[in-house]
Amino acid sequence: MFASLQKRGSDLNSLKFNLAKLRYRPNIILSILFLVVFSFLVIAPLLQIIYTSLTYQSNDLRLVRDATVGDFTLYHYFRVFTGRLSRALFYKPFVNSLVVGFGVTTMAMVLGTLLAWVIVRTDVPLKRFFGAVMVIPYMMPSWVIALAWLTIFQNGRVGGTPGMLTSMFGIIPPDWVSYGLFPIVICLGLHYYSYSFLLVSGALWTIDSQLEEAGAIAGLTKPAVLRKITFPIVIPALGSAFVLTFTRSMGTFGTPALLGLPVRFFTVPTQIFASISARNFGDGFVLALVLVVMAAVAIFINSKIIGSRKSFVTMKGKGFTSKPNRLGVWRYPIAGLILLFLLMAVALPVIILAWSTLMLLPGDYSLSNMTNHFWFGGSDFMIASGQEGIFRNPGIWGGVWNSVRLGISAAVINGFLGLLIGYTVVRTRGSKLSKSLEGMSFAPYVFPSIALGAIYLGMFAKPIGPIPALYGTFALLVLIVVVKNMPFSSRSGISAILQIDPSLEDAARIQGVPWFKGFRKVIFPLATSGFIAGMLLTFITAMRELSLLILLVTPKTRVLTTIIFAYQDQDQTQHANGVTLILLFIIVIANVLVSRFYGTKSVFGLSNT
Amino acid sequence: MSEIILKSIKKSYTETPAVWGLDLHIEEGQFLTILGPSGCGKTTTLRLIAGLEDPDEGEIIIGDRILFSREKGIYVPPEKRQLGLIFQSYALWPHMTVAKNISLGLEEKRLPKDEIERRVSQVLQQVQLSEYRDRYPSELSGGQQQRVAVARMIAAEPIIILMDEPLSNLDAMLRVDMRAELKHLHHDLSATTVYVTHDQVEAMTLSDKIAVMMEGELRQLGTPREIYSKPADLFVARFVGSPRINIIEGRIVSETDADYFHAETLRKPVGSGLDFGVGQVIATIRPEDIHVSKTERRGWLEVLVYSVLPTGAETIVTIQKETLSLAIKLGGFTDIEMNDAIWVDFDAAKMNYYDPKTEKLLRSV
Ligand SMILES: Nc1ncnc2c1ncn2[C@@H]1O[C@H](COP(=O)(O)OP(=O)(O)OP(=O)(O)O)[C@@H](O)[C@H]1O
Ligand SMILES: [Mg+2]
Repeated sequence: MFASLQKRGSDLNSLKFNLAKLRYRPNIILSILFLVVFSFLVIAPLLQIIYTSLTYQSNDLRLVRDATVGDFTLYHYFRVFTGRLSRALFYKPFVNSLVVGFGVTTMAMVLGTLLAWVIVRTDVPLKRFFGAVMVIPYMMPSWVIALAWLTIFQNGRVGGTPGMLTSMFGIIPPDWVSYGLFPIVICLGLHYYSYSFLLVSGALWTIDSQLEEAGAIAGLTKPAVLRKITFPIVIPALGSAFVLTFTRSMGTFGTPALLGLPVRFFTVPTQIFASISARNFGDGFVLALVLVVMAAVAIFINSKIIGSRKSFVTMKGKGFTSKPNRLGVWRYPIAGLILLFLLMAVALPVIILAWSTLMLLPGDYSLSNMTNHFWFGGSDFMIASGQEGIFRNPGIWGGVWNSVRLGISAAVINGFLGLLIGYTVVRTRGSKLSKSLEGMSFAPYVFPSIALGAIYLGMFAKPIGPIPALYGTFALLVLIVVVKNMPFSSRSGISAILQIDPSLEDAARIQGVPWFKGFRKVIFPLATSGFIAGMLLTFITAMRELSLLILLVTPKTRVLTTIIFAYQDQDQTQHANGVTLILLFIIVIANVLVSRFYGTKSVFGLSNT
Repeated sequence: MSEIILKSIKKSYTETPAVWGLDLHIEEGQFLTILGPSGCGKTTTLRLIAGLEDPDEGEIIIGDRILFSREKGIYVPPEKRQLGLIFQSYALWPHMTVAKNISLGLEEKRLPKDEIERRVSQVLQQVQLSEYRDRYPSELSGGQQQRVAVARMIAAEPIIILMDEPLSNLDAMLRVDMRAELKHLHHDLSATTVYVTHDQVEAMTLSDKIAVMMEGELRQLGTPREIYSKPADLFVARFVGSPRINIIEGRIVSETDADYFHAETLRKPVGSGLDFGVGQVIATIRPEDIHVSKTERRGWLEVLVYSVLPTGAETIVTIQKETLSLAIKLGGFTDIEMNDAIWVDFDAAKMNYYDPKTEKLLRSV
């Protein structure tokens, strides 16, 4: 009796103790809260799609007579993987995705690696400029180049207006040039080279050029030095770049949709879109799971590669001298080539988009056809189905407003959460809380955007407990963007906190400053630079997000990207291109403003994982 | 009011404990130094007192207030413990000026503005940094940063002062000056002070009491004099004192008049009042407690000089004879030269004897 009372007492005391601790360390509570909510936002959707893929949906009743909605079935799996339609539903898109993935990765890595080596390790002129401009494609939505491609190469055979080539020179490009695999690979390659460029140039910076010199002294020829010394050091970065580019290009939606759908060239993401649009949720979710599994495998491989890369970091010797390789007479021709490349990958798409918006009749490049109607014109039922010019179009302004407030809300929420998560992860290192927080905040990374969008569509279509049906609300867009960006913002939060000596915070505690004030007065100001960079990155990512949102927007919540996609779908090229320019303009302005005010040099280096 | 009591404190980060069953009583106004080799748990102990880490077990009491006790369900966070702590890295906030560094903690106390201002000026004057009040920490030298850290601490008027190797980042000259300043500071504030260092000279010069730690355990608590002349075990004996204490293996032999310590040809009576039976023991003697003669003396041991190392204030002479190898400290310079034959004698009263198995000091029974 007495013993049990004592036991009760000590339980009570230990409760009292823990409560007292929590009272002074509210970040633990916030983080646990976050963990719970986030598990709900990440795990629940996953379970939900697995569940949906394993049960009959109302849509299946048309095809399966004796089905009852909600009954367990492997029907969708058989349909997707072995059934009569499996070729069209899964195998063809899957093979297409693989081919796109390999094609894009090869092109992007060759380009990125060559450019990185030339810019980091040679005496090519304009190095600094090239280095800065090289990452611009990373800022643009990946499908901008695809839009430009269509503007030039569209052949009118599948409907729609012919492109520049046809209208100006009378050349009708064959289908394989206009649509499908070939342009998809080219356009994505011109976008995704930036990953290889960032990763490889990062690795190259750490190479002590003395190593290369030592090789040269040992009698190795230049190519041999490259092969035997430079290459082995860069291999891990290349490995990471391969895995990242491959999974990204397999999971991307915009470009394959723009260039592939007109000729019914499907990849897995566009097939998911098609299935979900046709309300075949079961099929769509099975395909989404395929992408999730592939991404998870890729991340696993990547973490192995990064794990082994650590051993290379020690290569950074003390006598770091970066002595560039001499290009000799090739200096200027190579610089010229790079300039040409940048022109094609960065400047040309933008110029073409801009030009195309100034043409009254698409495809007529004569001066008399120039107009500012698509920018300033009023509604004219003869032109563009009566759409007002971009600057007078309330739909577009609504999109601008939605995009910007989506970007800002996501940036602010992600920024604060990222910092808080970073703080808790770093300060409770080694504990279960730290590990699960880090893991959980990284989990959304495995969801390809289109799959996550599909999942959220399924999950928030109806109320869940106290949460109302979020479908159709702006909040849902913010929520999904925040979730999708959490891996990056928690990463930058962690690295920002890691740079702050913990004793600075301890000192605040000792001086009698309570937790929250210490966080505000010490941690926050010191983490700011990383924090602002992370926020900008989230803003830009949110602004250019298409595949994540395309299944979730409603007429009221349309954002710029989905407006562009819709215009393109209705063959209103000028509007599509013009809105794209507005989007790019906002992104550039945001970038300039932030770097002006906070002097953050390059936010893009942060995001290469 | 401000004594510190640690009751069987245990703390482990990994499987191996960082602090193991520490019992420590630091009296009010005392200057206690925790001394020990790197990794022995000094910083951990200090952080436990400060509340920056939580013990796994045990109680921490300051004055009449329990600050930490899992069993009793008591937890007082560091911000409410009214302590001052000087970090090894100073931990000045780099984005705040010197004045702001000092005033941030004061603002939290809801003091009126002019009172805060008065205190900031006063402490800055105290550490002679008045003209630096608007500088940022990165614009100060190491010694100045250190003084800002001191100013920040004393401005909060703590009842307990904790310092973690505050001098280790300073150069040798400055270190000696700051040592004097810290001792003076302790005198002025008469706050209970816990000072962590692995530098035995600092420990000897500053402390009222020294706690020697090793592998998370308290090995000896005593005045500098006790620690130096009666080390509780061989570890403490070896750790304190430079050059190192001489260690001689031998045995106690009971003779008619008294007990004698025998080692090789050496034979010394075991001091009066001591009696711990016969058998193998380890004897220690400090280098300055060995007498030297250049001429033969009866009963003294003849040895050959191995090296002579003068430093100016003193000269260290090392000798070797069979398994015996000794260091001897002589004042000033000496004309003894290498390979000379000299005669040495031990001050029997200054010798300590240790159990060869437990390595603990053998005390009289
Ligand atoms: N945060 C931590 N996580 C894991 N182990 C730790 C941590 N802090 C200290 N330790 C371990 O606890 C032991 C005691 O460390 P402590 O910092 O107290 O040593 P110290 O006596 O202050 O050493 P030094 O003189 O080098 O500062 C060491 O073995 C150390 O590795
Ligand atoms: Mg330490």
